[in-house]
Amino acid sequence: MPPKIAEIKLTHFDGEVYEPAEDSFMLVDALVDDWPNIEKTSPTICLEIGSGTGYVICSAALLLQGSGVCFATDVNPRAAAATQATLAAHGVSAEVAIGDLFAGLQPRLSGQVDVLLFNPPYVPTPSEEVGRGGVSAAWAGGDKGREVIDRVLPQVNRLLSATGCLLMVLVQENDIEEVCQRLQESGLQSRVLLKRTADEEILFILKAWNSSLQ
Amino acid sequence: MRLLTHNMLANNAKGVTKGFPLGLEVTAVETKEAEFNPDFLKKMVPKLEWGAFCEAAAVIGVTGFPTAVTPDLFEDEAFLKKFHNALLEVHVEEGVLICPESGRRFAINKGIPNMLLNEDEC
Repeated sequence: MPPKIAEIKLTHFDGEVYEPAEDSFMLVDALVDDWPNIEKTSPTICLEIGSGTGYVICSAALLLQGSGVCFATDVNPRAAAATQATLAAHGVSAEVAIGDLFAGLQPRLSGQVDVLLFNPPYVPTPSEEVGRGGVSAAWAGGDKGREVIDRVLPQVNRLLSATGCLLMVLVQENDIEEVCQRLQESGLQSRVLLKRTADEEILFILKAWNSSLQ
Repeated sequence: MRLLTHNMLANNAKGVTKGFPLGLEVTAVETKEAEFNPDFLKKMVPKLEWGAFCEAAAVIGVTGFPTAVTPDLFEDEAFLKKFHNALLEVHVEEGVLICPESGRRFAINKGIPNMLLNEDEC
């Protein structure tokens, strides 16, 4: 039986929240594919930054099956509300907070996150479009689509537990090699788990973990 | 917002050095049943700031937790049930989180704490 993941018909969204699309599905596909590896580390705490409708964190909560706890943040209050509604519709719960990136969960979650999920605003846009709020905060990524990503990368190693990992979405324009280089500089190794060509973009799921692990 | 979330949130505003634990004021609470999982509870204890948890539990009306969790308590069903209830079943639907240093207030509406900072706080 395939693992249970979130259902689109139970996922809440409106015009002010980023609707699940190929990037969201791909992140969940990668999470499911990699789950046998993740499960070996007995994950207890999972965190998604920018949870939008909650489709991804809800899938993580279903995979964890009560053996762990999920946290989700979103800078858009309507997205945080949608996340909570999506979780409730699936009969699972997560800790949802409104806020920028880690939304006050640092420093307490530092060194405690076993699975960090991040579908960032990765679309290259003019810098002034970044962080305008509403649904555009879900995709406007500024220069090379990296302005929000680059605020997160230096923090990843501090957040992850010793056996923790990051799964994130990237597109070709983000310069995958440079992202891996940045992660390496902070003590994380990384590899591409999935690559797909969608309508107008080439999407990647990158996994990163502590360099001292195999 | 469950007490588990409260235990992990801090005020990260610029200039604040001790933004944890946040004070808690509660105006509406709901209790929703959650699956009782002693193994999960045991895993969570070392991840919590126990003192902050006990203080928040008192606010929602659950008192009498020991000052520290000793291994024998993991065999104590009454303790585990009470811990489970306070940590995972009580949801603060409406209330306020208060920074212990600056007094900054963060609203909890419809069960979701709003930790957004103003531009001058970042």
